[in-house]
Amino acid sequence: MKSLDEIKVIRDEMAAELLTRDESTEANGTKYRKHVLICGGTGCTSSGSAAIEKALAEELAKNNLTDVQIVKTGCFGLCALGPIMIVYPEGAFYSMVKSEDIAEIVSTHLVEGGQPVARLLYQETVTEDGIKSLNDTAFYSKQHRVALRNCGAINPECIDEYIGKDGYQALAKVLKEMTPEDVIQTILDSGLRGRGGGGFPTGMKWKLARNIVPDADQKYVCCNADEGDPGAFMDRSVLEGDPHVVLEAMAIAGYAIGATQGYIYVRAEYPIAVDRLRIAIAQAREYGVLGKNIFGTGFDFDIDLRLGAGAFVCGEETALMTSIEGNRGEPRPRPPFPAEKGLFGKPTILNNVETYANIPQIILNGAEWFAGMGTEKSKGTKVFALGGKINNTGLVEVPMGTTLRTVVEEIGGGIPNGKKFKAAQTGGPSGGCIAADNIDIPIDYDNLIAIGSMMGSGGLIVMDEDNCMVDIAKFFLEFTVDESCGKCTPCRIGTKRMYEMLDKITKGQATLEDIDKLEELCYYIKANSLCGLGQTAPNPVLSTLKNFREEYIAHVVDKKCPAGVCKDLLQYSIDAEKCIGCGMCARQCPASAISKTDYVAPGHKLPSLAIDTDKCVKCGACMPTCKFKAISKG
Amino acid sequence: MADINVKINGIAVSVPKGSTILEAAHAAGVEIPTLCYMKEINEIGACRICMVEANEGRGFRLVAACVYPVTEGMEVLTNSPKVLESRKKTVELILSTHDKKCLSCVRSGNCELQKLANDLGVENSDTFAGEMVEHEVDDSAVHMYRDNNKCILCRRCVAVCGKTQGVGVIGANERGFVTTIASAFDMGLGETSCVACGQCIAVCPVGALSEKEYIDDVFAAIADPSKRVIVQTAPAVRAALGEEFGYEIGTNVEGKMAASLRRLGFDDVFDTDWAADLTIMEEATEFMDRFKNGGKLPLITSCSPGWVKYCEHYFPEMTENLSSCKSPHQMLGAIAKTYYAEKIGVKAEDIVVVSVMPCTAKKFEIGRNDQNAAGVPDVDYVLTTRELARMIRRAGLNFRAMPDEDFDNPLGLSAGAGDIFGATGGVMEAALRTAACWLTGEDKVIEFTEVRGTDGIKRKTYNVAGTEIKVAVASGLANAKELLKSVQNGEEVHFIEIMGCPGGCVNGGGQPQQPASVRNFADLRELRAKALYDEDAAKELRLSHQNADVQKLYEEFLGEPNSHKAHELLHTTYVKRSIN
Amino acid sequence: MGAKTKKTVPFRGTPEQEAQLRAVIAEHKDEQGALMPVLQKAQDIYGYLPIEVQKIISDEMDIPMEKIYGVVTFYAQFSLFPKGKYNISVCLGTACYVKGSGDLYEKLKEILGIDGGECTEDGKFSLEACRCIGACGLAPVLTINEDVYGRLGVDDLADILAKYE
Repeated sequence: MKSLDEIKVIRDEMAAELLTRDESTEANGTKYRKHVLICGGTGCTSSGSAAIEKALAEELAKNNLTDVQIVKTGCFGLCALGPIMIVYPEGAFYSMVKSEDIAEIVSTHLVEGGQPVARLLYQETVTEDGIKSLNDTAFYSKQHRVALRNCGAINPECIDEYIGKDGYQALAKVLKEMTPEDVIQTILDSGLRGRGGGGFPTGMKWKLARNIVPDADQKYVCCNADEGDPGAFMDRSVLEGDPHVVLEAMAIAGYAIGATQGYIYVRAEYPIAVDRLRIAIAQAREYGVLGKNIFGTGFDFDIDLRLGAGAFVCGEETALMTSIEGNRGEPRPRPPFPAEKGLFGKPTILNNVETYANIPQIILNGAEWFAGMGTEKSKGTKVFALGGKINNTGLVEVPMGTTLRTVVEEIGGGIPNGKKFKAAQTGGPSGGCIAADNIDIPIDYDNLIAIGSMMGSGGLIVMDEDNCMVDIAKFFLEFTVDESCGKCTPCRIGTKRMYEMLDKITKGQATLEDIDKLEELCYYIKANSLCGLGQTAPNPVLSTLKNFREEYIAHVVDKKCPAGVCKDLLQYSIDAEKCIGCGMCARQCPASAISKTDYVAPGHKLPSLAIDTDKCVKCGACMPTCKFKAISKG
Repeated sequence: MADINVKINGIAVSVPKGSTILEAAHAAGVEIPTLCYMKEINEIGACRICMVEANEGRGFRLVAACVYPVTEGMEVLTNSPKVLESRKKTVELILSTHDKKCLSCVRSGNCELQKLANDLGVENSDTFAGEMVEHEVDDSAVHMYRDNNKCILCRRCVAVCGKTQGVGVIGANERGFVTTIASAFDMGLGETSCVACGQCIAVCPVGALSEKEYIDDVFAAIADPSKRVIVQTAPAVRAALGEEFGYEIGTNVEGKMAASLRRLGFDDVFDTDWAADLTIMEEATEFMDRFKNGGKLPLITSCSPGWVKYCEHYFPEMTENLSSCKSPHQMLGAIAKTYYAEKIGVKAEDIVVVSVMPCTAKKFEIGRNDQNAAGVPDVDYVLTTRELARMIRRAGLNFRAMPDEDFDNPLGLSAGAGDIFGATGGVMEAALRTAACWLTGEDKVIEFTEVRGTDGIKRKTYNVAGTEIKVAVASGLANAKELLKSVQNGEEVHFIEIMGCPGGCVNGGGQPQQPASVRNFADLRELRAKALYDEDAAKELRLSHQNADVQKLYEEFLGEPNSHKAHELLHTTYVKRSIN
Repeated sequence: MGAKTKKTVPFRGTPEQEAQLRAVIAEHKDEQGALMPVLQKAQDIYGYLPIEVQKIISDEMDIPMEKIYGVVTFYAQFSLFPKGKYNISVCLGTACYVKGSGDLYEKLKEILGIDGGECTEDGKFSLEACRCIGACGLAPVLTINEDVYGRLGVDDLADILAKYE
């Protein structure tokens, strides 16, 4: 249990030490000469950062370098370059680090007076006259980190480092200086909207929960950390990189609405996030920032973790609560809304991780500060998980209103292999595809809805000309069919029938009437489903139908897949002009669909080969074997 | 509570705060179709049949009328093109996963889905034809079939099994398109601790759940000249059978029923109500004995085989509290094959006893141990009220044109006390009437109205001739569970009546199926019970122990109530079962 | 009726495992909504949730077994079947899918001769598809127990499996 004054002492001490990690400031009298930050997020852990950390610790011990601190952080965002390591105070950014290189980095760089190993640095940070700050690279320079501000900057398993970044000061301010109504007003004024899906104003949610049932004996604050959109990992990164911010924000929310108990519902598929949350909760209880009588103000608040067990629908608020209650995660009809009758029948608010991650900053910096960022109706920043056909796969945070072009071309570094941008998919299975002609629209809640997609939680998957939009729509529908809870008719049966129709289209068995029927079914499911999952399930189909209808028609009328993805519609053929009859392709063919002539009269050229389309299984194995690019598909 | 003003299709209507759109529309004379919704039991908004367009100031959008509360000034459209198209699509989607062999379905003509398809103008039942999940029919239970190929996942059965009955042996398994209503690990229902109450069948809107039918066997027995076929009907049957022939709910059709049975060819048309009076003689005696001589209390009634099976599974430690009395129709069967067999000079083996019951658990009960007084089963076949209706239709009898006839003697006369066995509290009241007479030594009809009515649990302390008797009555097994837990925690009760089905036998699992559109706005329990209480009130003979034919049975055959012979013929034993 | 059609191995729970499970139940018994945490810990103890385990939970927590089974079959992470010594999990998240993880999954089915959710007869490998594990930068990705393999092609699979022979 620590008093507020003790916390402030920790803050001042840690803040001084953390100056080492700020390239723009000279740190003096710090405990460590160098801070080596190694990313311990899921991406980098998968690519082996734990081994690197171990190797580094051994190497430092070997060289007796006790003044170098290893800090395992959360995600830096540039997952494509993992494992990532950054050395302060100079800010040297090592990417795709290998254990074998550690000895060299230690002996050349980390020793007293050492210099960075230029060949191992992220090349974009290497300039003629040394290294440039990561913040000046294309990936980071357009970003504005609010929710992610501590991710990759602090050790998430150390509450002191969080406190050193003004952690729990917002909670202190709220408890000591503000009434619950003040807090709610501040959040309302900030214009913060829910980052998890629909974009409902957060302050409004809190206000309802505070007032709608005046005599409630218990209320709950829940955190939705059941990030289930395939390709989205914003929330995971916050939990892994800065778990305390969520705890602090939930305590603030508890104070605002009058709740004393919180639940974080987190995906069990996020073991690192779960571990760090457990550690953070234990530390917070130890410091007394969770528990009874926080900061001596009489305010009690505690948080329990609940693990999801693999059901996408549990991201829907009522399903999440049903799941915490120990049931099949099936949504309930609304009204009554959770603010009135939520978890265990009590008034409840549910916000997602990223939403909470903004709260302490809003309290400390004021509503105007936050409202100063973004567009008229969408304030602040938004985190996106960039994935798919893009060079800089990873996590980015940009002000609302940034254009898709900026995100894809500048921050994301464009499309690999010189391919053309075709579409970006936002909002996961609930969202839609943004076509190239909308690439300059500022991204915010309302614009995305206007063009048939939605913000969702922030997955942003880039597609190039090799992606078939019908296939993508089918992929999302397959996901939805799999994840539908099965409770309501439109979603349980309707999405299955949609999937079957799409399947027919990709197999060239559909008619134009089927497309109309599919579209009608989409609108029916949107309007009639019980919960958000069903109501948004048709979006991937509707948005591709709107933007890429000709591609659907090509499948139906021409029986062709323009992107060359849908196997049943593909034909492989060999250009007789280009073929020299070498037979490399025939050797690779698993179906013996290409036969090579072995004998040829002296002086004659080998005859060109052909593919037996009856035998061809369309695996594509032949194509890369041909040095003369004689094989084509279409 | 303040009223809310709404407009249903432009017509203004005021309804109490908290009403749903469905209720408001009903008040305005508009019936919105429903499938999954059952008031207070299954309010899950899942099937989406009841969609209407509602405008709360932000434009019209589709909402589920069954669970959406009305708000001041709300405008509702219940039959706009959008609404009708939505409902039609929903039905078409359901049909795409539904076994549509309607012509051979037991629910044909009485199927809520069939009616919807018809009402909504579904022209092509294959509009959304696609993959279907195939299921094996579960015939493992003694009393019923479960055919998931017809299941539409409305979950009404799940709600009654889990919530109303506190049994919960069926539920939704898996998820999404392959969601299936079944038992744990896909066990057959017969392997589970299903109590056979049949409430799931009573609420099923389609033919996915149905009783095992014995109509052909009964017709065959009737046609067999070597068999003397006796039929008996439970009290609750006469209060509901009329519904199958277009009578209003709560019409007592005892006379036409007896006439129909006779015309179906049964040799003797007896009344289980007679055996109810006999049961009172035995059970009231048993109670007085336990009460006076420090026997196991509370004594709990054993007329309801669903309740008895529940007790054996879920409260095995309380089976000694159960009355050892057989249920009335078993008593009648036992007497028919002994006393009556002797009288008419027919061997017990040549007598076939058919019980027409509002109940499916009775189909289970006839196969229990110690239910064969004459060395052959006391009862050979149990038909539900629904099966009797089908039999009457199959035989081409014009039920409505039947004369009113009486039951046959000597097992056909009954006191009003026996008649009210079909409603919750009826057994208790009948027993108390007789006990009061015996304790006071004065034959006076006392109405114990506090134990009547549809409340799930009723408690009352009566002072009978200076003796305080604490009684409790529960119907519906979730209520029974609550009461028994309280007893286990020390609540003092001397005599408990428990009926497995909510409201008692009148609302039994074998009674005519009323569609949701009726169930949600009428209390079947109350309406049908009234028919029985009216019958009782109209009778001269209202005390079981005054039943002359019962008295004669003791004089000629059994001796005293609870005599050795009575025990041999009219009492039974129980087992302890596990929960699965 | 999914549960019936898949083969399963005989239950080999030990008294120690049962004692652990009962301790877990006792610890959570009075918590609201304790079923999910209890099931998760039970699966940690046994590796899967066979009828024997669900029966203990049902009896101890006074929850109908069907309700427990309904919950278990609702969530993808609960398993009614034991996993192989090496559990292969292929990410079919969007990022991995667009980079060809579907082909990896199909190829593995072919190599191992089993379907998703099944285990090879020798108990060595089991195969499942999973949702995004957040390693999108390495797409397409699969995991074998704790090991993560990324940036894969179909041709890499045989070599990877060979490591576990």
